[in-house]
Amino acid sequence: MGDDRRRNPRPGLVLDVDRSTPPVLFHHGEGFRLEKLPAGRSRILYPPEPLPGLRNPDMHIRDALDNPVGDSPPLSDLLKAGMKLTIAFDDISLPLPPMRAPDIRQRIIEAVLDLAAQKGVDDVHIIAALALHRRMTESELRHAVGDRVYDAFAPSGNLYNHDAEDPDKMATIGTTPHGEEVQLNKRAAESDLIVYVNINLVAMDGGWKSTATGLSGYTALRHHHNPQTMVKSRSFMDQENSELHKSNWRQGKVLKESGIRIYQIETTVNNNTFGLDGPLAMLQKREWEWTLRDRAAFISYQTGLRRMNSSTKRKIFNSWYSPYELTSIQAGEVEAVHKQTTENVYKQQLVNVEGQTDILTMGLPYICPYNVNSVMNPILVACLGLGYFFNMYRGKPLVREGGVVIMTHPTPWEFHPVHHPSYIDFFERVLSQTKDPVEMSQRFEKAFAEDEWYRHLYRTSYAYHGVHPFYMWYWCAHALDHLGQVIIVGGNPDAVRRLGFRPATTLHDAFEIATDVVGPQPTVTHYHSPPILMADVQ
Amino acid sequence: MIKTQLAGKRIAITGATGFLGTALVELLLREIPNIELVLLIRSTRRTVEQRVNRDILGNDIFETLKSELGKEGFEQKTKNQITAVSADISLDDLGIDTAGLEILNSCDIVIHSAAAVSFDEPLDRAIEVNLMGPVRLVNILKSLDCSPHLVMVSTCYVAGNRKGDAPELPLTDSPFYVPLDWRDETDAARRTRSYIEDASRRPSNLDLFRSSARAELGAAGTPALARKTEQLRQRWVKDQMVEAGRNRANSLGFPDAYAFTKAMSEQAVEEIRNDIPLSLVRPSIIESSWKSPISGWIRGFRMAEPIILNFGKGTLKEFPGIPEGIVDIIPVDFVASAIVAVAAQEPKSETTIYQVASGSCNPILTSKLADYIHNFFGENPIYDEKNQPISPAKWKFPGRGRVASQLSRAQRFLGHAEKTLHKLPIRGKSAMVVAEIQDRKDEIDKAIEYVTLYGNYVECEALYSVKNLLTLWESLDQDDRNSFPFDPRAIDWFDYIYNIHLPTVIAKGRVKTSPVKNSGMSRSSRLRKQVLDPKRQLAVFDLENTLIASNVVASWSYLATKRLPKSERFKLVTKTLAQAPGMLALDRKDRTDFLRSFYRRYADAPIAQIDDDAYEMFSELILAKSFPAGLRRVREHKALGHRTVLITGALDFVVNPLKPLFDDIISATLSSDGNSYTGQMQQVPPIGETRAAVLRRFADDNDYDLAETIAYADSTSDLPMLEAVGFPVAVNPEPKLASLANRRGWLIENFRPVAGSPPKLLPLGSRTRG
Repeated sequence: MGDDRRRNPRPGLVLDVDRSTPPVLFHHGEGFRLEKLPAGRSRILYPPEPLPGLRNPDMHIRDALDNPVGDSPPLSDLLKAGMKLTIAFDDISLPLPPMRAPDIRQRIIEAVLDLAAQKGVDDVHIIAALALHRRMTESELRHAVGDRVYDAFAPSGNLYNHDAEDPDKMATIGTTPHGEEVQLNKRAAESDLIVYVNINLVAMDGGWKSTATGLSGYTALRHHHNPQTMVKSRSFMDQENSELHKSNWRQGKVLKESGIRIYQIETTVNNNTFGLDGPLAMLQKREWEWTLRDRAAFISYQTGLRRMNSSTKRKIFNSWYSPYELTSIQAGEVEAVHKQTTENVYKQQLVNVEGQTDILTMGLPYICPYNVNSVMNPILVACLGLGYFFNMYRGKPLVREGGVVIMTHPTPWEFHPVHHPSYIDFFERVLSQTKDPVEMSQRFEKAFAEDEWYRHLYRTSYAYHGVHPFYMWYWCAHALDHLGQVIIVGGNPDAVRRLGFRPATTLHDAFEIATDVVGPQPTVTHYHSPPILMADVQ
Repeated sequence: MIKTQLAGKRIAITGATGFLGTALVELLLREIPNIELVLLIRSTRRTVEQRVNRDILGNDIFETLKSELGKEGFEQKTKNQITAVSADISLDDLGIDTAGLEILNSCDIVIHSAAAVSFDEPLDRAIEVNLMGPVRLVNILKSLDCSPHLVMVSTCYVAGNRKGDAPELPLTDSPFYVPLDWRDETDAARRTRSYIEDASRRPSNLDLFRSSARAELGAAGTPALARKTEQLRQRWVKDQMVEAGRNRANSLGFPDAYAFTKAMSEQAVEEIRNDIPLSLVRPSIIESSWKSPISGWIRGFRMAEPIILNFGKGTLKEFPGIPEGIVDIIPVDFVASAIVAVAAQEPKSETTIYQVASGSCNPILTSKLADYIHNFFGENPIYDEKNQPISPAKWKFPGRGRVASQLSRAQRFLGHAEKTLHKLPIRGKSAMVVAEIQDRKDEIDKAIEYVTLYGNYVECEALYSVKNLLTLWESLDQDDRNSFPFDPRAIDWFDYIYNIHLPTVIAKGRVKTSPVKNSGMSRSSRLRKQVLDPKRQLAVFDLENTLIASNVVASWSYLATKRLPKSERFKLVTKTLAQAPGMLALDRKDRTDFLRSFYRRYADAPIAQIDDDAYEMFSELILAKSFPAGLRRVREHKALGHRTVLITGALDFVVNPLKPLFDDIISATLSSDGNSYTGQMQQVPPIGETRAAVLRRFADDNDYDLAETIAYADSTSDLPMLEAVGFPVAVNPEPKLASLANRRGWLIENFRPVAGSPPKLLPLGSRTRG
């Protein structure tokens, strides 16, 4: 790609499929498919091309820290000798795939620590704000904050994972007018200043969700991580229309009014997921622009992948680090910062789309926020498709009410025994009895959330919290409510049925099955992602 | 005539709990007015009265009488007319008390039908019951100075294996008679017993039993092996005695020890009876009833039934017989009627003999019988477990030698297969194959036994004359003939075999006769329900291969390499793996010794560092290799209110992170000098028989009932613990345990590691950087 294109990236594209349209790329877990879409009634949404990154990130970081937005003094004015400072940062779930070193978090934390050192601040804790996610391993922490920070803080116990189940380390801050309890990591709550370091990969991230969720626990999260809230978040990627965010903002207000001081640093990255050149570059190109080399490389990958077992493929894919570049950084007061951040996210991701469709197709990749260095189990497949991809809209969903979502993913009946122990039991014991988010929340959620063994694994091992699989299913609540049918192409039929979806062997079969629900000659929209795109549906 | 002759008489009967005896009691009660029956019965755990009610009157043959008389009428009648006397014919004075002797003294007729009829009776036992039993009975009668009419039930087969006529004459009158002294035979049999008992205790034999026990149980610990060894010794003694009986019988031309001892008993009683009048009734092979009181009544499985069933099931494809041969069978009601008719005769001073057989007057050929059976199973097939009808094979009568060698070839093959599979490191579902092979081998073993035993009978070509029997029949009036039918010429064989006997066999055999799926729960879900019952109290778990797919070697390798540079790590682990065969061998022999020697490797390991690294190992090795269904099961037990206990030979610091899963953990511990471990264990590790002992003490101390305890384990070294509890569960069993669990009806669970867990070729610790 020429430098011109690099400087002036093309916006997103809605392509109407005709007979000359080449087969389109579908991600398929640790693999890919090329599929023909029906001509004359299909369209493909392509994300905008990667925006150019900021040339000198460190300079922009310092600049942002000195020139805050909203009602906030510069960071250096907030730092004083003898103060308690807590730096919290987004965990392993961001960005996806993990970015190449140095990670933005490392750059920002180093900059903050430099300022703190200049001001003589020596009581500093650095916390991975992982809420109910799994703890990060040493090497994951090192990747996020850099060896220098890690070696300076971890051995003395000042760099660690948030533990929402440590009764002595969690503080209750108050209650919102809606009766929502507000919880915060005690160290953070007792600090004179919390500096939150965020990476805003999608529009859902950031704002009050950083602290009110990231440093919180089950007591507070259950007020918005529930089916009733999620079904009213249309979508949870669109803050204005998201009940999830409204609840978080109410909790944020309680935090603010309690006197907790937060200096929010938010960043956006471009969508350069697979690189502008390099081995995977073709994955973010439009198919008719593939060069001979792209085609040859793609065919050789397909051949190679076919011969590998799933754990080898997983290992290869997990070793990919994206060459993301910083596109913006803003710091200061939470809400003012987040407003700008969201604008910057939309700049990269938004694509205008006319009207809804009968069938939405999507190729699900190998990664979602909850299986970094892990296994994409069937529950995560559902969550990525129906929770994340389905909700990547503003206005109206891409697919009409009663329509069909067809996703491609191998959906193996596989789980990571260390990361997802409660998922295994959820899949075996809850989904076998009910797929209804409301019913499961009433019958099973509490037992999983308060289970001593899951609590132990969350705290001492590397397990997602016992309640986490429920949240994954609640994430799908809006889609489950909206859709007439969900079909997974190329998945393990037993696992797909356990999810309550229809298995299909080929995309063609899936279209045939879907006509039972949406009628003959349905319109089709293919959501061509990753790289991430967000549809603005008129 | 018979009825008036016997009315109001007092008749003593031995063997009333047997097949023929029960039919006899029923017939007498039903047909003879005011008969008084004195039943000589051996008391067991139950009193003789209980045995009469349960083992005789409780039988379905009495249903007709019960419905005729009503419940109370029947109880009244049996109470008035039956007296039970405790007696044991294997004791010299029969063990009868004075009151019993008085009753016996007052009897008009004594019918001796007690016998050890089983085909695998040890020689001395056959002698004691079949020969010495009647001798003792006659001696008692002589000592009482009474001479009732003694009717003794013998067998046609006392004539021995021979071709041609076998008349109703005393054996001594036969031209083929081989002179024998029954006293010498008795002494010899008793001597044989003590000789074989001695031989079984010789060191070479004891070694053999011990190594067989070890082959069967593996490293199950000394007490379990000792028990098994003794069992094997006793079985060996029994087998030798059965073999001795069969050999002695065959050497004298008898088909088996039963016929041989019966033949001698005829001579013995004849010799000592003095003036006691004697009638001998010799039936051939007794099978289910023809008409009275119901068609097709049978008690217990006799010799032909298992063969017929095995044929129907397809296990037995051929049978050792000659197609022209005659199968001499006679319905049980005919035999009972004949005995009653004989008992009603005026006793004579010389012995009278009646053979109750069909072969000479109304023969059924083996080929005909085979056709009937073949057609029957063609039309009424048995269904296999997949609900497919089993089509019966056509017997081609290849001769006994061929059949036997076919079967023993199959037996040898399965034996080898079993042995080989036992040595393979397979578990769970694949190990169940071994259990199936074992079942299959048991079936073949049984078939071989039948072929050997029954072959002697079907190849016997003697024709048993029934002249006396028919003369007796002719002398009866019509009324007697109606009440006591025993004319073998009246049998319609097709009707009898096809409509009466085979349906009985099918019904008694509890086989699947329709393709309907077994309603209700499968065996394992039924067992699982019992295991997961809130009534249970205690659930005990083994760790390695029961809940996680890892072992002490893996955890040591992990901890030992965690802080080593890369090159050293591989070297250490590959070196350890190279020692694996030696370690495995030691482990198979004695787990405690293995652990003791292996744990030495922890000598000088720093405690603080090990404790730190053990937590990382918990995630990387233990959880990664855990069986989610197993962990879930522990939690299910906890939720049901059971106390959950982990008993493991693994070290405490390895299993510490599992604490929240269990209520208690009992593990091995290493002694330390404060900063580092010494490599020596503080106590005997809780494995093998120690594990059972630890469990017993735990249950005792905490007031739990072992009968309400569940134990999960994977290996035969856990047998002592599994056997100690009421609800043993074999998890991913190794082949030996799979066979055992299958046989004993234990719940077998297959817990698997979840798919997707990261593969770990070598149990290396993750690198600690910095």
